[in-house]
Formats: sequence, C-alpha cells, structure tokens
Amino acid sequence: MVDHRASLAVFKLASCDGCQLTLLNCEDELLAVAGKVRIAYFPEATRGVLRGPYDVALVEGSVTTPADAERIGEIRAQSRTLVSIGACATSGGIQALRNVGDVEEFRSIVYAHPGYIATLAHSTPVAQHVAVDFELRGCPVDKGQLLELLTSLLAGRHPRISTASVCVECKLRGTVCLPVSRGVACLGPVTQSGCSGLCPAYGRGCYGCFGPVPGANLASLAHQLAVLGLRPEDITRLLRTVNTAAPEFAAESARQEMMSR
Amino acid sequence: MPNQSTGTEAVLDLPGLQALVDALAATHTVIGPQVSDGAIVLGPLARVDQLPVGMGDDQDAGSYRLRERTDRAVFGYAASAVPAKRWVFPPREPMSRTHDDGTTVSVEPVLARPQRPVALFGVRSCDLAALAVHDRALLARPVPDPWYAQRRAGLFIVVAACTTPARSCFCVSMGTGPAPGAGFDLSLTELVEGEHRFLVTSGSPAGEQLLARLPTRAADTVDRSAADAALRQAAESMTRAMPTDGLAALLLGQPEHPAWAEVAQRCLACGNCTLACPTCFCTSIVETAELGSPVSERARVWDSCFTADFSHMHGGSVRTGISARYRQWMTHKLGAWVEQFGVSGCVGCGRCITWCPVGIDITEQARALARPAGQEPRERKP
Repeated sequence: MVDHRASLAVFKLASCDGCQLTLLNCEDELLAVAGKVRIAYFPEATRGVLRGPYDVALVEGSVTTPADAERIGEIRAQSRTLVSIGACATSGGIQALRNVGDVEEFRSIVYAHPGYIATLAHSTPVAQHVAVDFELRGCPVDKGQLLELLTSLLAGRHPRISTASVCVECKLRGTVCLPVSRGVACLGPVTQSGCSGLCPAYGRGCYGCFGPVPGANLASLAHQLAVLGLRPEDITRLLRTVNTAAPEFAAESARQEMMSR
Repeated sequence: MPNQSTGTEAVLDLPGLQALVDALAATHTVIGPQVSDGAIVLGPLARVDQLPVGMGDDQDAGSYRLRERTDRAVFGYAASAVPAKRWVFPPREPMSRTHDDGTTVSVEPVLARPQRPVALFGVRSCDLAALAVHDRALLARPVPDPWYAQRRAGLFIVVAACTTPARSCFCVSMGTGPAPGAGFDLSLTELVEGEHRFLVTSGSPAGEQLLARLPTRAADTVDRSAADAALRQAAESMTRAMPTDGLAALLLGQPEHPAWAEVAQRCLACGNCTLACPTCFCTSIVETAELGSPVSERARVWDSCFTADFSHMHGGSVRTGISARYRQWMTHKLGAWVEQFGVSGCVGCGRCITWCPVGIDITEQARALARPAGQEPRERKP
C-alpha cells in the first residue's frame, strides 16, 4: 500500500536539541502529527531512517563547521520545503558569540587537543547558506507555532505566525509593563512575539529569544535603556544572548560596545 | 466643575460602599480597581478592602509608579493600567466554528455569553467616555457588533469621579472629565476630608433602584460643595492638554510634515499605545484548526496598526515604515475618527503616554504638527 502522507525529516546542526524536543513535547498533538506525516528522518525520536527526498525538512541549529556547511546544501537538495527552526538556525544562536570574539582563543582554552577541532570563525544561520522557505523563531521554538507551521504546510497555506512585538502578547495577557512600572530592562518592544509574553508575566524583562521584529528600532530602545540606568556595556550584554547575530541586535550591540570603550 | 447628573444624591460611608459591592455581586461579576504587579489594574472585586486603600499613582510619559498617599482614600489615583475595554471587548472573542466532516461543511456562529453580566466598579470618567466611543463605533451602525452588544447590554457601571489626576491626564481638554458625563448607573465622588464618605448619584433607573436599597444618608450642602471643590481642584491641577482647535484638519492635511519622521525615530512600533488605549478596537480575524480535527474556530484577536502584519495585503505591508504607522494611528484617532463616528477617538486618559516604553506624548506630537515645518526641532533624539 502506498503511503500518501507527506514525509517529514528533522535535521540538527550546531544546537542544543531543544527545538526538536519541542516537537516531541507536543504530547497531546503528537499522535495527530504522526497520523498526518510520515516521519522519515528524526534520529532523536526514531532509529528508522527513510531515504530522501523529503516533503518537509525542519532544520535546527546553526552552521559552525565546514562539514555542516556542506551538509546543509545536501539537506536542501533533498527537501521540497525547508524550514529553519529556532534561534540557532534563524540567527546563529548563542554560539554566534564567537562572531564577536576570537575563535582560536576559545579553541585553545576549551579543548585539550585543539588540533582535532575543525570549526568556522563564525556561526551562521541556515538562510545564509541555502534558500529557506520559512524561518520559525524562538529559543526554543513555541509548540503552538510549530504545530501551526506543520498544519499550514500540510494544508498548503502560509503559516499564520505573527511578527508583532512581545508587548502585544503582554497586553493581551494583561501583564503590567515592566519597564514602565518598575524600570526593568526589557527587549519586548523590539522582540518578535511567539512566547505568549512568558518572562514579563513572571516579572523578568524580555531576553529577546524570538529575535528582532521587522524594522526593529534598536537605537530608540537603547536610548531608553540608558535612561533606565543601563551602561553601554550592559546594553551590549543584553543584546548578546541567543540572537546575538540577528542583524538588528548585532548592529546595536556593536554600536554600544564602541561607546563603552 | 459641578456634577452634571441630575439623579438622586445620597451619601455612603465605607460599610455602605461594601453594601454596594455586595448588592452588585448578587447579580453581577464585579470588576474593580486593585493593586497587582506594582500597578492599579482592574480585576474581580469582592471586598472594599481589596481596593487600593491609601494608594496613589505617579504617571508621566513612559513611567508609572505607585505611591502611598497620606490618607485612606480608595479612589485616589488616575487611570488604571488595564482599561475596562477587555470586559466588553475581550482580547480574544470566538466568532464561529466550522465543521468539515469530509462531505459537508457547516458553520456555526459563536456568541459566547458571559455566565453573569459585568459590573464595572470604580472606573473613571475617561473609562465612561471610552465606552460611549465604543458604543458609537460598534453599536451605532447598520449592523451592531453582536459580541460587543451582548456584553454591553448587561453592563452596570459605577463610575468614581477622578479627584487625583496624574501628570499624563488631559481629560479636561477632551471634555471627558474629571466629572463623569452621562452613561453611568451610579457615580461616586470620594470625600476624605473629615468623615471618609462618598457622594453617590444615580444616573439610570437601575442605579436609582439599587441606590434605594443601600444604607445611605441624605446628602447635604457640605457634601455637595466638598464634591464640587474636589472636582474643581482636580480639573485645575491637570497640567497636560490636547490642543484640540482645528486638530483634525491639522492632522489630515499634513501627511508629509517632518514631525512624523521625527516621532518615528523614537517610536518602537511595539503597539503598547493602541493596546493600552481604551477605545482602540482593531482586531485580526484568526482561524485556528487543530491538526487532524474536523473543526476550526474563527476568533477575533486584538491587533494593532503598529504591527507590520496589520496592513499586509497582496504584495506586502502597505505601511512599511514606523512613520506611516504612527501617522495612521494618530490621524485616525484624532482626525478621521471624528468623520467616521462623530466623536474623537481620544478620551484624554493618558494611557498611551504613560505606557509608551519610550514616553512619546500624543499631546506634544499634536503641538509639533501645529508648528510650521522646520521650526523648533525635537530636542531629544536617540
């Protein structure tokens, strides 16, 4: 009997596995997913491997090694639709801190035999190497958004993923704005939603996990963070986390770093 | 400013205020002001000691702080952080459900009826004015909005006249306060000098009936003059004002004024102003279908004209820049709104000023647009 279900492959580059775990964490919905797609390649979930090409490929992680730079091209060649998932795959991840450091120095400090380590000077997002059909943000990605993505791909429609700021989610949720009411440093106004405003709801400023909103006005936010008492080095630090290499965050953190010198 | 209502007047003490809450709670879900997460918000209220007793607020552009008052006032603060609109126009309102069993598709309208009607207790005159704006926009049209209409129909409104405006407030210039206009069921004016009491006035037959059941005493001239004095003082202490003269024409006639580009340098396009605004009612219609389920749900969810997606049409977003989005919001709120609904979309509550993370002041922007281009550039640029 011919299996007409779409085939799904989940690949991993340099990453922590948290994003593919989000798929396994779907629990209630996992059976429905498994009913609609043929899981062809997903080493974290199953030993069984089906050969490509694949209808849908989810790619987690960033490109940090010469081998992965080659592999992502092979993945692209085998995938009808390629979606990069998570901050690593969409901006380079926390490991892109190397982009503003000295990777040779890290290598000599971290590894007993640095000679065995083949690594690139920069951590780069998947879209910098191959064409990507959709980028799903987050660290990790949001379960609801991941399901919406899969549902939309199977239905042949565009995924409905909002690019509004985290502020919109805070207001929908009824969270009192932290920077305004308590002077807390928060990246929410320039960060894309997707987390349901999780951190501010628990009294923590937004860390920017879902990356910058389209056209993010970092200069104005940085000015306001300075008004709240942050020094340029504090602002640099705030912007250099999981989306450190996202262009808007990278440009502003570089500007702040210059100011702090 | 004298109270404009001509209803029955009486005086309640604090136990009397509790009796009012109890009477409302028998038939309604009572929503009132209370301190939560470092701000005064609206939420379910059962007892008057849940009110922000002895609490005030300092609100200014981009800043909100609670402060302790020197008295035991329970309504001694300005606009709440959360406006009342979420109880008549909730963030997510289901509209319909579609069932597809493989051969037929059926659509079932959804009109979620709240289990009990809501009583808004201790909302301000700006909140009352905002409800009147929503009534114009959502009810006074050929097909009234059924979801809003249903929630609005059962609403009981106890307004608390504002005697302690914040620096962000400008209701006097919008003609919406601090004394409440029409549209309430009961109005309270808190008096803290001498005996702690509330001058209560009925504004509807329902309010009149409820008032008759409460343990009140008759209002005398001392009560009335104290209430008038408190409201007069509130009006006089208001420092911000919207320059309303010719404002609509000024806004709509200058799409290329440099003030739009200047404000866009500061604006984050985060949407806080529109979502804190008690009258903004823009939504997105969202369809959600669970994988493998034959049912999909359609709901409307609060949206904002500041998001890139909001004006997305065939080919992309119509308003790609922040300048265009800010201009859209302000010209609609204070200009096109008047043509559309016969009333300004602004009630002077100041929430957009307070809750803007970078403190953009809509009244200052109106003044900037009144200046000829090239004069008095903004001092502060990031």
